[in-house]
Amino acid sequence: MSNIELLSFQETLEIPYNWSVGYLGSKFLAAIRDEGIFYGHKCPSCESIYIPPRVVCGPCFVQPDEWVRLEDTGTLVAYSIVNYPFIDPNTGERRPVPYTYGYIKLDGGATSKLGHFINEVNPEKLSPGLKVQAVFRDKSERTGSLQHDVIHFKII
Amino acid sequence: MAQRVGVIGFGQTYHKSRREDVNGVELINEAVQAALEDSGLGIDDVDAIIIGNMDHFESVNYVDTWSVDGTGGFMKPVMKLTTGGTTGSTIGIGGYFTAASGLFDVVAVVGWEKNSESDTTGAIITCSDPVFDRFSFAGALPGLAVEASVYMKKYGVTEKDAARVAVRDRRHAMNNPYAQLRKEITEEEVLESPMLSYPVKLLDICPRTDGAACVIFAGERKAKKLSPNPAWVWASSIRHSYSYFEDIEYDTMPTLEAACRELFSNVGIKEPLKELDVVELYQPYTFAGLKWIESMGICKPGEAPQLVWDGVTDMGGELPFNPSGGVLATNCIGATGLLRIGEAALQLQGRAGDRQVEGAEVALATGFGGAFWTDMMLLGKNPW
Repeated sequence: MSNIELLSFQETLEIPYNWSVGYLGSKFLAAIRDEGIFYGHKCPSCESIYIPPRVVCGPCFVQPDEWVRLEDTGTLVAYSIVNYPFIDPNTGERRPVPYTYGYIKLDGGATSKLGHFINEVNPEKLSPGLKVQAVFRDKSERTGSLQHDVIHFKII
Repeated sequence: MAQRVGVIGFGQTYHKSRREDVNGVELINEAVQAALEDSGLGIDDVDAIIIGNMDHFESVNYVDTWSVDGTGGFMKPVMKLTTGGTTGSTIGIGGYFTAASGLFDVVAVVGWEKNSESDTTGAIITCSDPVFDRFSFAGALPGLAVEASVYMKKYGVTEKDAARVAVRDRRHAMNNPYAQLRKEITEEEVLESPMLSYPVKLLDICPRTDGAACVIFAGERKAKKLSPNPAWVWASSIRHSYSYFEDIEYDTMPTLEAACRELFSNVGIKEPLKELDVVELYQPYTFAGLKWIESMGICKPGEAPQLVWDGVTDMGGELPFNPSGGVLATNCIGATGLLRIGEAALQLQGRAGDRQVEGAEVALATGFGGAFWTDMMLLGKNPW
């Protein structure tokens, strides 16, 4: 047995998916695509304002019922500079590294944060609490995708 | 019909970054055979089996069925539970619940992973919402690094403070013949290791491991007959909060705080630092060994670095953490939380060999999962 060459079997799976965004998420993404505006979704019970919108506020189990216009500026709450390569399961391609992603609390009352890219990879220039602003793709090029329509957030 | 539950057997494979000598089912069987041997049971003594792993890592989605030969589950009740990082703790708690119900007396719980079989970062990203979360989320490592960015700023904690945690656990791993990474490291080596995702470096983060574990739980009706000294489950707690990473509260760790409150108040623990004897913390990266022990009430917020530098959590300290070397030394994810429970049981049974904490009577085993959720189990040398 000890002389047996150990074999492995290699395969790359390509499995297409087509996810439903739902009516709440569609409304949220359409506002970014058509107006360049982020809308939060407010719980009538605890008054938390959520991004993305959701069918219930988790802690209250009550349906948010008010859309609140938020600013395209906000505060960087947490971030990391990703510096190792891996395959992005949504594209099958290697993500370009280094890149920074962070969680941003948008001005205008957002309670939850928005996850997106930050166009800065120098750790000296990044810190929780920085003010950032969304950079939108030109309106004619927007497709209704958060990843595509907002290029990244820039430090202001 | 409900009954108290004890751990009466524990088996684990040897752990390696890649176990080319076995496929998944064979790896599972290795752990099951070890647990049966450890407990002196035959497979016919086992009433039910619970298994779990990270489905996407091996791309086998009906693991409960696929693994029947390995688990010994042929024509037995087999259930699969998967909850991401907490899978190992969840299956342990599932085993406890199942035996505690009284419907089954002996339950074999099996956690396993062949981390080497896929790009696990790519696979783990599929845990996140495909529309809103996934494009920016970069897997477990940066998911933790964002937490560290907040913790460092809030309390002025340094990368060197975190490095001390890795030095501790890697030193502890030297006492565990099963650990994957058995080589001592220094703070300087941690600080000089490659930056993977700021501020987390290679030696701050857990490895990827091929390995499996099996813990055998028995209800009180049989536990005392089957084992001379079961380790008794005192309580468990599960707290899951959000699915969107955007909602996570990075300042504190609400799920861990809530789970500890429930667990400790259920058994009357008021000062965990004094009343616990050993902790096997699901600590996937070094900063967790600081921030999270504050959330657990081991010390006050911001005080963990000093506590760790003072050696309080070292072997021989007031409350040793991770005598096994923990997750920084071995991380076969579906088994990782279960290893915490198995190691806690060994401590209480006085069977932990070179990694034994002398006189351990109360042990805490924790589990951590993706969007900062918590599963945990408290065990005692004597029944609660």
